[in-house]
Amino acid sequence: MNCLWCHEELIMEVNWSNVTFPTKVQRICEICEKELVLLSGNRCRRCSRETESDVCNDCLWWENYHQGKDVIEYNYSVFQYTSHIQDIIAKWKYRGDYELGHIFEKTFYQHFQQTFKEIKNAVAVPIPLSSERIQERCFNQASMLTAFLPVRKLDILSRVHGEKQSKKTRQERISSENPFILHQTLNNPVILVDDIYTTGATLRHAARLLKKAGCTNVYTYTLVRG
Amino acid sequence: MTPKVKTTDRIPSQNLRQYAGKLLLQNEIPPELASHLTQIPSIKRKVLYHECQRCGNQKKFLFGTIPCAKCKKLHLYCRNCVEMGRVMACEPLYYWSDEDSIWTSYDSPLSWKGTLTDTQQKASDQLVAAIIEGKKEFLIWAVCGAGKTEMLFQGIEAGLKLGKRICIATPRADVVRELKPRIQEAFQKVPVQALYGGSEDKEGSSQLIIATTHQLRRFYQTFDIVIIDEIDAFPFHNDESLPFAVNRAKKERNTTIYLTATPRQNLRLRLALKKLPHTFVPVRYHGNPLPVPTLKICYSLKKSLRKQKIPKILLEWITNRKNQSRQLLVFVSSIKLTKDVKIFLQNCLASQLGVIVSVHSEDEQRVEKIELFRNKNIDVLVTTTILERGVTFPSVDVVVLDAGHAVFDEAALVQIAGRAGRSADDPTGDVIFLHDGKTDAMVQAVHSIRAMNRRGGFSL
Ligand SMILES: [Zn+2]
Ligand SMILES: [Zn+2]
Ligand SMILES: [Zn+2]
Repeated sequence: MNCLWCHEELIMEVNWSNVTFPTKVQRICEICEKELVLLSGNRCRRCSRETESDVCNDCLWWENYHQGKDVIEYNYSVFQYTSHIQDIIAKWKYRGDYELGHIFEKTFYQHFQQTFKEIKNAVAVPIPLSSERIQERCFNQASMLTAFLPVRKLDILSRVHGEKQSKKTRQERISSENPFILHQTLNNPVILVDDIYTTGATLRHAARLLKKAGCTNVYTYTLVRG
Repeated sequence: MTPKVKTTDRIPSQNLRQYAGKLLLQNEIPPELASHLTQIPSIKRKVLYHECQRCGNQKKFLFGTIPCAKCKKLHLYCRNCVEMGRVMACEPLYYWSDEDSIWTSYDSPLSWKGTLTDTQQKASDQLVAAIIEGKKEFLIWAVCGAGKTEMLFQGIEAGLKLGKRICIATPRADVVRELKPRIQEAFQKVPVQALYGGSEDKEGSSQLIIATTHQLRRFYQTFDIVIIDEIDAFPFHNDESLPFAVNRAKKERNTTIYLTATPRQNLRLRLALKKLPHTFVPVRYHGNPLPVPTLKICYSLKKSLRKQKIPKILLEWITNRKNQSRQLLVFVSSIKLTKDVKIFLQNCLASQLGVIVSVHSEDEQRVEKIELFRNKNIDVLVTTTILERGVTFPSVDVVVLDAGHAVFDEAALVQIAGRAGRSADDPTGDVIFLHDGKTDAMVQAVHSIRAMNRRGGFSL
């Protein structure tokens, strides 16, 4: 097997972890892996951002915006948004090199276990792409990430408006019309999954719909904190 | 009453022209054009492996499997050429064959007014003959500094007169960048496009094209004449997918011209067996011999490099150079060393040497730095092997630091030595290989430089 990023040949070690979870093998070489930086140290307990304060200003703003109770319990992100991971994500999502997603499989699984394991009856819901975008890319990166997780996956959201989020200002993202529709009501706790948490506005649009439909708690689980 | 304009389903050839000879993905063509183009399967299943029909990739680990949301199947895509747009097994590749010739036969396309030396003219005449006769292959073996670009002009002219589509392919983007203005200057009436990663020209629709070998992956059976510069150079000889792309870009009947200063074993064998028509140009255009490298041993070389100190022997050589007005090109074996060596030269010799800069392949300012060095705004350039070939500077001395390192094979060393003495105003230059133990590559390089000088009629 070769490193998914640099194509160097990987030396496979057989140990208990890859015997018990044969699908969760590392698909990236040590050198490339070292360049992926985990979020660490003091983090905002709501949004995972590296900060000295307990809850960051953005999250306080969101709390206030939702009259004292944010629609998400918290967001957990795994990696820092370094230029290395930016390159990998760009090639994965925009160039469409689907296999690159497997680089994150093991770590995304492990951090899920550490963070969300205790939540009973949780289901994972990926943030969808618009049908136009899915025709173009042929896969949804959030769906791929969700499939790595050891919980029930439900595709119950769809996207009616485009994704041009990156071109919008923060204010525009927040006040814009909800781009999602929900196809099914459920009262389980939901973990929303996406690749990047930037302002959190998109994820909160989805969370608001779920809450309105009766979900007790909504969490978000994202690969990087933008 | 004015007659109604009749609409036909024929697409005007002007609209098609930009697609001529190109291999395209479904999303690269307007849907209404799809039916006018020929489709070929994108990923072919062979007995033991698959093959991407755009890039020739056959490596299993460079194919990915995708659960495709479009066709709802699990199928292959090519990871090797995904940067150029993804080749999916569920979609064909498209091309428009330009059989009903759309290319111009030029009357007198060559606007260059220079003259060739006798040796250059002889090679040029043989090239013209090979093109007119439609020979399958022809090799020009010319020493570094023989003036091979000028030797190509009359051959290209002959091709353009016959209405041929011509591509000059080279492995390095720097070389494409340098060739474009020279070729355009020589053929002022002929549109020329230069294609490399990030180039301004993107279309690749002109009759005369200069492209990196990577960019040839976009073409399909369209070139009558392909001139492959630096046939011996990386990455041609160790990336099988590039010969695939070059072959695919050629018309079935074509002429392939190879250029090299340092033919590798496979070509030498075919030359020895007289299986490859060729011409040999052993003299530089200014009539002076190639500078022969001096080997200098320095036992503490590796230690000095590790401690970021300048070896004393190099210090002495630099201070005692015959011609202190020459710029200095220092070749090192790794990107990290470019910075270290730059710093220690700055520490010891900045007052004497002037502006010292380092450059490597991943340097974002690479193009600007090369330009500054060419314009003599930089005095010393510390570089990896990216500057080993193709790029010319008029008056330099050359140092190879740790010439025994594996990145410096024979061809690389011959090319590096060939950087010195390029202009008629300063036709010599000092070349030293600093090493801590002779390698075969070093010995062979010196040997073959001397051999070429002998063939050029110099007794050295
Ligand atoms: Zn926060
Ligand atoms: Zn390919
Ligand atoms: Zn498909």
